[in-house]
Amino acid sequence: MANNILDIDDGTFESEVIKSNIPVVVDFWAPWCGPCKAIGPIIEELAGQYQGKVKFAKCNVDDNPLTPSKFAVRAIPTLLFVKDGSVVESITGMTAKSKLEDVIMKLL
Amino acid sequence: MKNVDYDLVIIGGGPAGLTAGLYAARARLNVVLIERVAPGGQVLITDHIENYPGFPEGLSGPDLTEKLVAQAKQFGLPIESEEVESLDLSGPVKIIKTPDREIRTHAIIIATGASPNTLHVGEERFQGKGLSYCATCDGPFYRNKNVVAVGGGDTAVQESIFLTKFAKKVYLVHRRDQLRATKILQERALANDKIEFLWDSAVTGLDGFFGLESVKVKNLKTQEERVIAADGCFIWIGIVPNAGFVGDSLEKDPWGFIVTDAKMTTSVPGVFAAGDVRDTPLRQIATAVGDAAIAAYSAEHYIENLKS
Repeated sequence: MANNILDIDDGTFESEVIKSNIPVVVDFWAPWCGPCKAIGPIIEELAGQYQGKVKFAKCNVDDNPLTPSKFAVRAIPTLLFVKDGSVVESITGMTAKSKLEDVIMKLL
Repeated sequence: MKNVDYDLVIIGGGPAGLTAGLYAARARLNVVLIERVAPGGQVLITDHIENYPGFPEGLSGPDLTEKLVAQAKQFGLPIESEEVESLDLSGPVKIIKTPDREIRTHAIIIATGASPNTLHVGEERFQGKGLSYCATCDGPFYRNKNVVAVGGGDTAVQESIFLTKFAKKVYLVHRRDQLRATKILQERALANDKIEFLWDSAVTGLDGFFGLESVKVKNLKTQEERVIAADGCFIWIGIVPNAGFVGDSLEKDPWGFIVTDAKMTTSVPGVFAAGDVRDTPLRQIATAVGDAAIAAYSAEHYIENLKS
Protein backbone atom coordinates (compact mmCIF):
# COMPACT_ATOMS: atom_id res chain seq x y z
CA MET A 1 0.00 0.00 0.00
CA ALA A 2 1.14 3.48 -0.79
CA ASN A 3 2.76 5.36 2.07
CA ASN A 4 0.52 8.36 1.62
CA ILE A 5 -2.61 6.43 2.60
CA LEU A 6 -3.09 6.28 6.32
CA ASP A 7 -4.42 3.15 7.98
CA ILE A 8 -6.98 4.17 10.55
CA ASP A 9 -8.94 2.17 13.10
CA ASP A 10 -11.79 2.62 15.56
CA GLY A 11 -9.31 4.16 18.00
CA THR A 12 -7.74 6.75 15.70
CA PHE A 13 -10.80 7.73 13.63
CA GLU A 14 -11.69 10.67 15.87
CA SER A 15 -8.22 12.22 15.94
CA GLU A 16 -7.22 11.50 12.32
CA VAL A 17 -10.52 12.13 10.54
CA ILE A 18 -12.93 14.17 12.62
CA LYS A 19 -10.25 16.47 14.05
CA SER A 20 -8.14 16.66 10.89
CA ASN A 21 -7.25 20.20 9.83
CA ILE A 22 -7.48 19.25 6.15
CA PRO A 23 -10.31 17.38 4.34
CA VAL A 24 -10.24 13.59 4.55
CA VAL A 25 -11.33 10.82 2.20
CA VAL A 26 -11.96 7.58 4.09
CA ASP A 27 -12.02 4.34 2.12
CA PHE A 28 -13.96 1.58 3.90
CA TRP A 29 -12.73 -1.74 2.59
CA ALA A 30 -12.10 -5.38 3.42
CA PRO A 31 -9.75 -8.01 2.03
CA TRP A 32 -12.65 -10.14 0.74
CA CYS A 33 -14.16 -7.35 -1.36
CA GLY A 34 -13.28 -7.52 -5.07
CA PRO A 35 -14.44 -4.05 -6.07
CA CYS A 36 -12.49 -2.60 -3.11
CA LYS A 37 -9.32 -4.16 -4.49
CA ALA A 38 -10.15 -2.90 -7.96
CA ILE A 39 -10.51 0.74 -6.92
CA GLY A 40 -7.37 0.57 -4.75
CA PRO A 41 -5.05 1.87 -7.51
CA ILE A 42 -7.42 4.80 -8.21
CA ILE A 43 -7.38 5.81 -4.54
CA GLU A 44 -3.59 5.57 -4.53
CA GLU A 45 -3.36 7.82 -7.60
CA LEU A 46 -5.67 10.38 -6.03
CA ALA A 47 -3.71 10.27 -2.78
CA GLY A 48 -0.57 11.11 -4.76
CA GLN A 49 -2.27 13.88 -6.70
CA TYR A 50 -3.80 15.64 -3.71
CA GLN A 51 -0.95 15.05 -1.27
CA GLY A 52 -0.84 17.80 1.35
CA LYS A 53 -4.30 19.09 0.42
CA VAL A 54 -6.49 16.09 1.20
CA LYS A 55 -5.75 13.28 3.63
CA PHE A 56 -6.52 9.76 2.38
CA ALA A 57 -7.30 7.06 4.90
CA LYS A 58 -8.29 3.41 4.79
CA CYS A 59 -10.48 1.66 7.34
CA ASN A 60 -10.67 -2.13 7.34
CA VAL A 61 -14.29 -2.92 8.26
CA ASP A 62 -13.39 -6.43 9.39
CA ASP A 63 -11.06 -5.25 12.14
CA ASN A 64 -13.01 -2.10 13.00
CA PRO A 65 -16.75 -2.71 13.37
CA LEU A 66 -17.56 0.48 15.33
CA THR A 67 -16.68 3.15 12.80
CA PRO A 68 -18.65 1.74 9.83
CA SER A 69 -21.76 1.21 11.97
CA LYS A 70 -21.46 4.76 13.36
CA PHE A 71 -21.66 6.08 9.80
CA ALA A 72 -24.28 3.53 8.66
CA VAL A 73 -21.85 1.95 6.22
CA ARG A 74 -23.51 -1.30 5.12
CA ALA A 75 -21.77 -1.80 1.80
CA ILE A 76 -18.24 -1.54 0.53
CA PRO A 77 -16.36 0.01 -1.07
CA THR A 78 -17.76 3.15 0.54
CA LEU A 79 -15.86 6.42 0.41
CA LEU A 80 -16.62 9.05 3.03
CA PHE A 81 -15.68 12.64 2.21
CA VAL A 82 -15.15 14.54 5.44
CA LYS A 83 -14.50 18.26 5.94
CA ASP A 84 -14.24 20.08 9.28
CA GLY A 85 -15.50 17.01 11.11
CA SER A 86 -18.65 16.45 9.11
CA VAL A 87 -19.47 14.14 6.23
CA VAL A 88 -19.89 16.13 3.02
CA GLU A 89 -20.68 13.16 0.81
CA SER A 90 -20.48 9.39 0.70
CA ILE A 91 -20.11 7.24 -2.39
CA THR A 92 -20.70 3.50 -2.51
CA GLY A 93 -19.52 1.16 -5.25
CA MET A 94 -16.97 1.31 -8.04
CA THR A 95 -16.76 4.87 -9.24
CA ALA A 96 -14.73 6.47 -12.01
CA LYS A 97 -11.73 8.56 -11.01
CA SER A 98 -13.16 11.68 -12.67
CA LYS A 99 -16.34 11.47 -10.57
CA LEU A 100 -14.31 11.11 -7.38
CA GLU A 101 -12.25 14.14 -8.38
CA ASP A 102 -15.45 16.17 -8.81
CA VAL A 103 -16.36 15.42 -5.18
CA ILE A 104 -12.82 16.13 -3.95
CA MET A 105 -13.00 19.55 -5.61
CA LYS A 106 -15.99 20.33 -3.37
CA LEU A 107 -13.82 19.67 -0.32
CA LEU A 108 -11.09 22.11 -1.33
CA MET B 1 -4.04 4.60 -45.35
CA LYS B 2 -6.29 6.87 -43.31
CA ASN B 3 -4.86 8.54 -40.29
CA VAL B 4 -5.83 6.70 -37.10
CA ASP B 5 -4.68 6.52 -33.49
CA TYR B 6 -5.12 2.76 -33.27
CA ASP B 7 -5.88 -0.28 -35.40
CA LEU B 8 -8.20 -1.57 -32.72
CA VAL B 9 -9.84 -0.18 -29.60
CA ILE B 10 -11.38 -2.60 -27.12
CA ILE B 11 -14.03 -1.04 -24.90
CA GLY B 12 -14.52 -2.81 -21.57
CA GLY B 13 -12.15 -4.61 -19.19
CA GLY B 14 -14.03 -7.70 -18.05
CA PRO B 15 -13.06 -11.24 -19.10
CA ALA B 16 -14.22 -10.61 -22.71
CA GLY B 17 -12.31 -7.34 -23.13
CA LEU B 18 -9.14 -8.65 -21.51
CA THR B 19 -9.22 -11.82 -23.63
CA ALA B 20 -9.73 -9.81 -26.82
CA GLY B 21 -6.81 -7.66 -25.67
CA LEU B 22 -4.62 -10.68 -25.09
CA TYR B 23 -5.31 -12.01 -28.59
CA ALA B 24 -4.91 -8.60 -30.25
CA ALA B 25 -1.65 -7.89 -28.43
CA ARG B 26 -0.26 -11.28 -29.47
CA ALA B 27 -1.30 -10.47 -33.04
CA ARG B 28 0.86 -7.32 -32.65
CA LEU B 29 -2.01 -5.01 -33.50
CA ASN B 30 -1.78 -1.36 -32.50
CA VAL B 31 -4.39 -1.81 -29.78
CA VAL B 32 -5.62 -0.20 -26.58
CA LEU B 33 -8.19 -1.35 -24.03
CA ILE B 34 -10.24 1.34 -22.36
CA GLU B 35 -12.20 0.66 -19.22
CA ARG B 36 -14.63 2.91 -17.32
CA VAL B 37 -13.25 2.38 -13.81
CA ALA B 38 -10.90 -0.55 -13.34
CA PRO B 39 -10.54 -3.94 -15.05
CA GLY B 40 -12.79 -6.72 -13.84
CA GLY B 41 -16.43 -6.03 -14.53
CA GLN B 42 -19.14 -8.21 -13.05
CA VAL B 43 -16.77 -11.03 -12.03
CA LEU B 44 -15.29 -8.70 -9.38
CA ILE B 45 -18.32 -9.37 -7.23
CA THR B 46 -18.12 -13.13 -7.66
CA ASP B 47 -16.68 -14.85 -4.66
CA HIS B 48 -16.35 -18.31 -6.09
CA ILE B 49 -16.33 -19.43 -9.72
CA GLU B 50 -16.66 -23.18 -9.99
CA ASN B 51 -17.64 -23.63 -13.62
CA TYR B 52 -14.68 -22.03 -15.37
CA PRO B 53 -12.80 -24.92 -17.01
CA GLY B 54 -9.34 -25.77 -15.75
CA PHE B 55 -9.80 -24.70 -12.14
CA PRO B 56 -11.19 -27.73 -10.24
CA GLU B 57 -10.58 -25.94 -6.94
CA GLY B 58 -12.53 -22.92 -8.18
CA LEU B 59 -11.28 -19.34 -8.11
CA SER B 60 -12.56 -15.92 -7.14
CA GLY B 61 -13.55 -13.19 -9.56
CA PRO B 62 -10.82 -10.78 -8.39
CA ASP B 63 -8.20 -13.55 -8.73
CA LEU B 64 -9.31 -14.35 -12.26
CA THR B 65 -9.20 -10.64 -13.13
CA GLU B 66 -5.69 -10.29 -11.75
CA LYS B 67 -4.51 -13.25 -13.82
CA LEU B 68 -6.22 -11.99 -16.99
CA VAL B 69 -4.71 -8.53 -16.59
CA ALA B 70 -1.24 -9.97 -15.95
CA GLN B 71 -1.53 -12.26 -18.98
CA ALA B 72 -2.67 -9.47 -21.32
CA LYS B 73 -0.01 -7.04 -20.04
CA GLN B 74 2.66 -9.68 -20.51
CA PHE B 75 2.04 -9.32 -24.25
CA GLY B 76 2.04 -5.54 -24.08
CA LEU B 77 -1.66 -4.62 -23.94
CA PRO B 78 -2.08 -1.02 -22.77
CA ILE B 79 -5.07 -0.50 -20.44
CA GLU B 80 -6.45 2.99 -19.95
CA SER B 81 -9.16 4.27 -17.65
CA GLU B 82 -11.75 6.46 -19.31
CA GLU B 83 -15.45 6.38 -20.03
CA VAL B 84 -16.79 6.23 -23.57
CA GLU B 85 -19.59 8.75 -24.15
CA SER B 86 -20.53 7.99 -27.74
CA LEU B 87 -19.44 6.45 -31.02
CA ASP B 88 -19.39 7.90 -34.52
CA LEU B 89 -19.50 4.93 -36.88
CA SER B 90 -20.61 6.83 -39.98
CA GLY B 91 -17.26 6.84 -41.78
CA PRO B 92 -14.61 4.23 -42.58
CA VAL B 93 -12.59 5.51 -39.63
CA LYS B 94 -14.50 4.96 -36.42
CA ILE B 95 -14.49 7.68 -33.79
CA ILE B 96 -14.81 7.02 -30.05
CA LYS B 97 -15.70 10.03 -27.91
CA THR B 98 -14.62 10.25 -24.28
CA PRO B 99 -14.82 13.31 -21.98
CA ASP B 100 -11.19 14.20 -22.80
CA ARG B 101 -10.56 13.14 -26.39
CA GLU B 102 -11.70 11.63 -29.66
CA ILE B 103 -10.03 8.35 -30.55
CA ARG B 104 -9.77 7.40 -34.23
CA THR B 105 -9.55 3.70 -35.00
CA HIS B 106 -10.05 1.16 -37.78
CA ALA B 107 -11.86 -1.38 -35.64
CA ILE B 108 -13.69 -1.59 -32.31
CA ILE B 109 -14.54 -4.51 -30.06
CA ILE B 110 -17.35 -3.68 -27.65
CA ALA B 111 -17.06 -5.77 -24.49
CA THR B 112 -18.80 -3.53 -21.99
CA GLY B 113 -20.84 -6.29 -20.38
CA ALA B 114 -24.02 -5.77 -18.45
CA SER B 115 -25.21 -4.36 -15.13
CA PRO B 116 -27.71 -5.70 -12.63
CA ASN B 117 -31.33 -4.89 -13.29
CA THR B 118 -33.09 -2.83 -10.65
CA LEU B 119 -36.46 -3.31 -8.92
CA HIS B 120 -37.85 0.15 -9.71
CA VAL B 121 -39.45 0.53 -6.28
CA GLY B 122 -37.44 3.55 -5.17
CA GLU B 123 -34.40 1.58 -4.06
CA GLU B 124 -31.95 4.40 -4.85
CA ARG B 125 -32.66 5.75 -1.36
CA PHE B 126 -31.19 2.62 0.18
CA GLN B 127 -28.12 2.34 -2.03
CA GLY B 128 -25.29 1.48 0.34
CA LYS B 129 -27.80 1.54 3.22
CA GLY B 130 -29.21 -1.95 2.97
CA LEU B 131 -29.61 -2.43 -0.74
CA SER B 132 -26.97 -4.50 -2.49
CA TYR B 133 -26.08 -6.38 -5.64
CA CYS B 134 -22.93 -7.95 -4.16
CA ALA B 135 -23.12 -10.66 -1.51
CA THR B 136 -19.33 -11.00 -1.38
CA CYS B 137 -18.90 -7.31 -0.62
CA ASP B 138 -21.77 -6.70 1.71
CA GLY B 139 -22.81 -10.10 3.11
CA PRO B 140 -20.58 -9.82 6.20
CA PHE B 141 -22.43 -6.65 7.28
CA TYR B 142 -25.48 -8.84 7.91
CA ARG B 143 -24.14 -11.23 10.54
CA ASN B 144 -27.09 -12.70 12.45
CA LYS B 145 -29.53 -10.43 10.64
CA ASN B 146 -32.44 -11.13 8.34
CA VAL B 147 -32.03 -10.37 4.67
CA VAL B 148 -34.22 -10.59 1.60
CA ALA B 149 -32.84 -11.84 -1.71
CA VAL B 150 -34.70 -11.42 -4.99
CA GLY B 151 -34.48 -13.64 -8.07
CA GLY B 152 -34.47 -17.29 -9.09
CA GLY B 153 -31.57 -17.67 -11.51
CA ASP B 154 -28.02 -18.92 -10.95
CA THR B 155 -26.78 -15.68 -9.43
CA ALA B 156 -29.70 -15.28 -7.02
CA VAL B 157 -29.48 -18.86 -5.81
CA GLN B 158 -25.69 -19.09 -5.54
CA GLU B 159 -25.42 -15.76 -3.74
CA SER B 160 -28.31 -16.58 -1.38
CA ILE B 161 -26.47 -19.72 -0.34
CA PHE B 162 -23.38 -17.57 0.25
CA LEU B 163 -25.41 -15.14 2.38
CA THR B 164 -26.43 -17.96 4.75
CA LYS B 165 -22.82 -17.99 5.99
CA PHE B 166 -23.60 -14.70 7.72
CA ALA B 167 -27.31 -14.00 7.86
CA LYS B 168 -29.69 -15.46 10.43
CA LYS B 169 -32.19 -16.01 7.68
CA VAL B 170 -32.44 -15.40 3.93
CA TYR B 171 -35.89 -14.87 2.43
CA LEU B 172 -35.60 -15.70 -1.27
CA VAL B 173 -38.32 -13.93 -3.24
CA HIS B 174 -39.04 -15.30 -6.69
CA ARG B 175 -41.78 -14.49 -9.20
CA ARG B 176 -42.35 -18.09 -10.19
CA ASP B 177 -43.12 -21.30 -8.29
CA GLN B 178 -39.78 -22.90 -9.10
CA LEU B 179 -36.17 -21.83 -9.52
CA ARG B 180 -34.52 -21.25 -12.87
CA ALA B 181 -31.01 -21.90 -11.54
CA THR B 182 -28.81 -24.86 -12.48
CA LYS B 183 -29.97 -28.06 -10.77
CA ILE B 184 -26.91 -28.44 -8.53
CA LEU B 185 -27.50 -24.94 -7.11
CA GLN B 186 -31.22 -25.62 -6.66
CA GLU B 187 -30.46 -28.78 -4.70
CA ARG B 188 -28.10 -26.89 -2.38
CA ALA B 189 -30.53 -24.04 -1.81
CA LEU B 190 -33.55 -26.24 -1.17
CA ALA B 191 -31.54 -28.25 1.35
CA ASN B 192 -30.39 -25.13 3.20
CA ASP B 193 -32.60 -24.56 6.23
CA LYS B 194 -31.58 -20.90 6.55
CA ILE B 195 -33.29 -20.08 3.24
CA GLU B 196 -37.04 -19.52 3.23
CA PHE B 197 -38.59 -19.42 -0.24
CA LEU B 198 -41.33 -16.95 -1.04
CA TRP B 199 -42.71 -18.32 -4.30
CA ASP B 200 -44.87 -16.44 -6.82
CA SER B 201 -43.85 -13.21 -5.13
CA ALA B 202 -42.34 -9.85 -5.89
CA VAL B 203 -40.87 -7.02 -3.85
CA THR B 204 -43.21 -4.04 -3.98
CA GLY B 205 -41.57 -1.66 -1.55
CA LEU B 206 -38.64 -0.89 0.73
CA ASP B 207 -38.87 1.02 3.96
CA GLY B 208 -36.62 2.36 6.69
CA PHE B 209 -35.52 5.54 8.40
CA PHE B 210 -31.70 5.75 8.29
CA GLY B 211 -31.26 2.53 6.39
CA LEU B 212 -33.38 -0.36 5.23
CA GLU B 213 -35.61 -1.83 7.93
CA SER B 214 -38.31 -3.72 6.07
CA VAL B 215 -39.23 -5.12 2.68
CA LYS B 216 -42.75 -5.36 1.34
CA VAL B 217 -43.42 -8.59 -0.55
CA LYS B 218 -46.57 -9.35 -2.52
CA ASN B 219 -47.80 -12.78 -3.47
CA LEU B 220 -48.75 -12.43 -7.13
CA LYS B 221 -51.30 -15.24 -6.99
CA THR B 222 -53.20 -14.30 -3.83
CA GLN B 223 -52.35 -10.55 -4.00
CA GLU B 224 -51.53 -10.85 -0.32
CA GLU B 225 -48.88 -8.43 0.91
CA ARG B 226 -46.57 -8.99 3.85
CA VAL B 227 -43.87 -6.90 5.45
CA ILE B 228 -40.62 -8.67 6.26
CA ALA B 229 -38.30 -7.11 8.79
CA ALA B 230 -34.90 -7.15 7.10
CA ASP B 231 -31.72 -5.10 7.27
CA GLY B 232 -30.57 -6.03 3.80
CA CYS B 233 -32.10 -6.61 0.39
CA PHE B 234 -30.03 -8.22 -2.35
CA ILE B 235 -31.24 -7.99 -5.92
CA TRP B 236 -30.43 -10.50 -8.64
CA ILE B 237 -33.20 -10.18 -11.20
CA GLY B 238 -31.27 -10.29 -14.42
CA ILE B 239 -29.10 -7.80 -16.22
CA VAL B 240 -29.26 -4.91 -18.64
CA PRO B 241 -26.61 -4.34 -21.32
CA ASN B 242 -24.08 -1.53 -20.88
CA ALA B 243 -24.68 -0.25 -24.38
CA GLY B 244 -26.20 3.18 -23.89
CA PHE B 245 -23.17 4.89 -25.48
CA VAL B 246 -23.81 2.92 -28.68
CA GLY B 247 -27.12 4.71 -29.24
CA ASP B 248 -28.82 3.45 -32.35
CA SER B 249 -25.62 3.23 -34.39
CA LEU B 250 -25.70 -0.60 -34.15
CA GLU B 251 -28.51 -3.11 -34.43
CA LYS B 252 -29.76 -4.27 -31.03
CA ASP B 253 -32.25 -6.91 -29.89
CA PRO B 254 -35.48 -5.84 -28.13
CA TRP B 255 -33.67 -5.76 -24.76
CA GLY B 256 -30.82 -3.60 -26.03
CA PHE B 257 -28.16 -6.29 -26.44
CA ILE B 258 -25.95 -5.86 -29.53
CA VAL B 259 -26.71 -8.22 -32.40
CA THR B 260 -23.74 -10.00 -34.04
CA ASP B 261 -23.12 -12.82 -36.48
CA ALA B 262 -21.02 -15.91 -35.76
CA LYS B 263 -17.84 -13.87 -36.36
CA MET B 264 -18.97 -11.37 -33.71
CA THR B 265 -19.44 -8.71 -36.39
CA THR B 266 -22.17 -6.19 -35.58
CA SER B 267 -24.37 -4.43 -38.13
CA VAL B 268 -21.39 -2.16 -38.92
CA PRO B 269 -18.30 -3.79 -40.52
CA GLY B 270 -15.21 -3.31 -38.37
CA VAL B 271 -17.26 -3.12 -35.17
CA PHE B 272 -17.42 -6.32 -33.16
CA ALA B 273 -19.07 -7.25 -29.86
CA ALA B 274 -18.18 -9.95 -27.31
CA GLY B 275 -19.46 -11.21 -23.98
CA ASP B 276 -22.52 -10.19 -21.97
CA VAL B 277 -23.28 -7.06 -24.02
CA ARG B 278 -23.95 -9.27 -27.01
CA ASP B 279 -27.22 -10.90 -28.00
CA THR B 280 -26.29 -14.44 -26.86
CA PRO B 281 -28.14 -17.42 -25.38
CA LEU B 282 -25.71 -17.89 -22.48
CA ARG B 283 -23.77 -15.34 -20.43
CA GLN B 284 -20.86 -17.02 -18.69
CA ILE B 285 -17.14 -16.27 -18.36
CA ALA B 286 -16.47 -19.30 -20.59
CA THR B 287 -18.72 -17.94 -23.35
CA ALA B 288 -17.41 -14.38 -22.96
CA VAL B 289 -13.78 -15.39 -23.49
CA GLY B 290 -14.80 -17.58 -26.46
CA ASP B 291 -16.65 -14.65 -28.05
CA ALA B 292 -13.63 -12.45 -27.42
CA ALA B 293 -11.16 -14.77 -29.13
CA ILE B 294 -13.38 -14.86 -32.21
CA ALA B 295 -13.92 -11.09 -32.13
CA ALA B 296 -10.17 -10.41 -31.94
CA TYR B 297 -9.50 -12.85 -34.77
CA SER B 298 -12.23 -11.23 -36.90
CA ALA B 299 -10.91 -7.75 -36.11
CA GLU B 300 -7.38 -8.80 -37.08
CA HIS B 301 -8.64 -10.02 -40.47
CA TYR B 302 -10.72 -6.91 -40.99
CA ILE B 303 -7.67 -4.70 -40.35
CA GLU B 304 -5.43 -6.85 -42.57
CA ASN B 305 -7.90 -6.53 -45.45
CA LEU B 306 -8.01 -2.76 -45.01
CA LYS B 307 -4.26 -2.52 -45.22
CA SER B 308 -3.72 -4.85 -48.17
